[in-house]
Amino acid sequence: MSMIELERRDPPGAARAAMMLQRAHWAAETFARYDRTRVVRILDAVAEAAEAHAERYAEEAVAETGMGVVEHKVLKNRMLSRGLWDHYRDHDFVSPRIDHDAKILELPRPAGVIFALTPVTNPVATVYFKVMLALMTRNAIVVSPHPGAKHVCADAVRMLSDAAVRAGAPDGCIQIVEEPSIPLIEALMTDPTTDVVVATGGGAVVRAAYRSGNPALGVGPGNVPSFVDATADIAAAARHIIDSKSFDHSILCTNESVVIVEEEVADQLERELRKHGGHIVDASEVEQVREHLFPNGHMRLDLIGKSALELAEAAQLKVPANTRVLIAPFSLVVPEEPLAHEKLFPLLGLVRVPNTRAGISAAQAMLRITGAGHSASIHSRSARTIMAYGAAVKVLRVSVNVGNSLGSAGALTNLSPTMTIGTGFYGRSSVGENLEPRHLINLMRVAYNADASVPFDDFTGLEPWVLEAAATPIAAPVEHAPAAPETDLLREEIRKVILEELKELTRQ
Amino acid sequence: MYDYGFFSYDSKADMLERSRAFWNPDKTDFWQDAGIDLVIDRREGYYLWDMAGRRLIDVHLNGGTYNLGHRNPELIATLEQAMQHFDMGNHHFPSLARTALAEALVKTCAPNMRRVIYGAAGGEAIDIAIKTARHTKQRRKIVSLIKAYHGHTGLAVGTGDDRFSKLFLADHPEEFINVPFNDLNAMEDALKGRDVAGVLIESIPATYGFPLPEPGYLQGVKRLCEQYDTLYIADEVQTGLMRTGEMWCISKSGVEPDIMVIGKGISGGMYPLSCVVVSEECSAWLKEDGFGHITTVGGSELGCIVGMKVLEICGRPEVRSMVHYMAERFQQGLRQIQEIYPDWFVGIRQDGVVIGLEFNHPTGAKIVMKHLYAHGIWAIFSTLDPRVLQYKPGILLSPELVDEILDRTEIAIGKAYAEWKSMSRQAVTA
Repeated sequence: MSMIELERRDPPGAARAAMMLQRAHWAAETFARYDRTRVVRILDAVAEAAEAHAERYAEEAVAETGMGVVEHKVLKNRMLSRGLWDHYRDHDFVSPRIDHDAKILELPRPAGVIFALTPVTNPVATVYFKVMLALMTRNAIVVSPHPGAKHVCADAVRMLSDAAVRAGAPDGCIQIVEEPSIPLIEALMTDPTTDVVVATGGGAVVRAAYRSGNPALGVGPGNVPSFVDATADIAAAARHIIDSKSFDHSILCTNESVVIVEEEVADQLERELRKHGGHIVDASEVEQVREHLFPNGHMRLDLIGKSALELAEAAQLKVPANTRVLIAPFSLVVPEEPLAHEKLFPLLGLVRVPNTRAGISAAQAMLRITGAGHSASIHSRSARTIMAYGAAVKVLRVSVNVGNSLGSAGALTNLSPTMTIGTGFYGRSSVGENLEPRHLINLMRVAYNADASVPFDDFTGLEPWVLEAAATPIAAPVEHAPAAPETDLLREEIRKVILEELKELTRQ
Repeated sequence: MYDYGFFSYDSKADMLERSRAFWNPDKTDFWQDAGIDLVIDRREGYYLWDMAGRRLIDVHLNGGTYNLGHRNPELIATLEQAMQHFDMGNHHFPSLARTALAEALVKTCAPNMRRVIYGAAGGEAIDIAIKTARHTKQRRKIVSLIKAYHGHTGLAVGTGDDRFSKLFLADHPEEFINVPFNDLNAMEDALKGRDVAGVLIESIPATYGFPLPEPGYLQGVKRLCEQYDTLYIADEVQTGLMRTGEMWCISKSGVEPDIMVIGKGISGGMYPLSCVVVSEECSAWLKEDGFGHITTVGGSELGCIVGMKVLEICGRPEVRSMVHYMAERFQQGLRQIQEIYPDWFVGIRQDGVVIGLEFNHPTGAKIVMKHLYAHGIWAIFSTLDPRVLQYKPGILLSPELVDEILDRTEIAIGKAYAEWKSMSRQAVTA
């Protein structure tokens, strides 16, 4: 305890943290001049290092936060390192782009300094994701982890930074706020040196990011309805739902919240859900679930990311030992019904509806409560229903006949793999897609007179930032040397391994 | 009317007149004659404002005093907080703040360093260093470099150029030997009589225009010191505190000094302070007679608390990283300017953000200084080699400000070049 009462005007650490942004700014200035070859070399190294640490950080994240499942976190860490780089390796966010027909030359310009907030629920996967995106786009990044996961995140960021710098990245392009606090985060978000805030986390943090006065990419919370209509393959639907809801103890924002099922197939679905480890709570016990898991109507934060068995214990329920998901039936999707809200643990609501129209209405009602702009899922074989569902429900992605956790996050669909789900205008966000590298650059366009008589210049072989003619010939922009066949094979191999593991995990 | 609350002046002319009348007529006139009509008013970060309201970027920093910028908010907050509990302290007694800074400082130095002795200013610290060396070796002679400058106090002034010592009859050539820089033979000649207490040397001589030590020179001096049983005293007043990309410039050469002198920047420009760090051998008088050197103001506790903050800021990895970036940017930018005026802008001496710019005229730096001033930059010529401009940017600059400094410098050097050319033409026709 200090002998002197200090009157503090700035939050502790603010000056030091502002200096991190300044250092990042210097690094970004240098990074912006890197060519694609150097960027690829850095990402090859970072993806490898990140993947190599996937297990260790999965264990440490679970140990530090008490949330989630180690093996699922391993998978996410791999997905957001090697998997992410495989997805984007052939994309170029660096080199000049030439459009001869339009007579426009485009130069990718990085944002500069990214201030990235990462959540406690998916700590390391989100750190991996944002750092990789920053590197792909030649941005510097300062990561501010959720205080509940600060140790593992700091370690991961230092590891990534070391790997990047060893591979030639500019010193200081990846940094970590070691002791995050709300006043400190506010100070960093509003700092004029921050070029863009990328906020993943609770609603308050995201709103603060948008209030910061700096450009922000923030995403809102989810509350995922999963509609099973009468045309669905019920057995497959039940398997997908249970696998997805139990994945990492349901702490992804894309995890299913409520299953809405047409009455006609409801009993069949319940049977199938039970078969895969779903435990349907008896009608007489539902109130007990509300009381113990949602005291005063609010989800118990200490139960986030806990297993179904731990939830059952907390709710004083007796359940079979193989229970993976608790399922609580209720009838009305309204704001005062706690079971109709987002649930970051393996408890699923279940609502029976008489027909498709009522099912879509129930899903709409869920998104009125929370989660607008986020994601929904549907299990159906009717294109008409799927399209009507997509049109009516206020979300920006619907995953079809697949678990939503990894479906909307891009692992089991062809959506962009992401840890940051844009919720668009519905969800008061500036981005409506899964966050991608291209969101972190601007394109500077050099445009020529449109008149056909005015010729366009030949930019082939020219490198930005180089004014004097180079002594040695340099590679043409855009056209990159194709990856060696061995590399392609290796990556295909790794992709297969990841897919196999995914299948394995979602089958259990 | 310029009303500053504490005092007021009718006009800038009135201020200068009263400055001549009550303060220092020669110094006041010197700057007016040199075309630098600066009376510093507001100051913030790396900016100064003249009384007339004109903004200047400070690339002089008073020799690194404002290394962390003027009125650095962290230092203001530190000093204000310290004043809630401390004052200057009482030099007679063991002191909380002096001990804490000493411990922090020793940790940043070479492993042989043990204790810290305090002063109020760089000159006093040099005096302390000389007294310490004399006590340790029981010899009087001190060797320093020709064209050196180590301060104006009693002993320090004797080590420097005649320019400073003769005025007050303070030259003592029998005790203070000067040898040429980068000349190990001359150094050996001065030391081989084994009657020298210490060699006092700036790691890069500032007032001489930052000529860089040749590779191996400082190590050679250290070797000679060991050979002839004399002490190596490193003057880090202008080169310390991360200005060369490391906390202490001397550490880059691998030399472990016996005594190290720290001043200017350690005050943060906020509260006067200087420090002398000494080895165990040089601590002898502190054990024999701790009252040997007394200073009421030196090592004031407020100064020590500010000094600790300065040390902490300078030691941040962020700062080290940024200094390396900005040094590289200055190097590139200055080289580009040099390519335009190769016969005029003839040399760049640089180690980190310790930079000397050499021009092809005996007082070339004075011409450039004047044009820089006209273009919004304050940088000063080297007193003992006015061909060289001391170009000393801060260590917390942004890339944008570095670019702005370089833009202004390019124009000013161009204007100075034109003036030099017309001078040369006049000289030919005359």
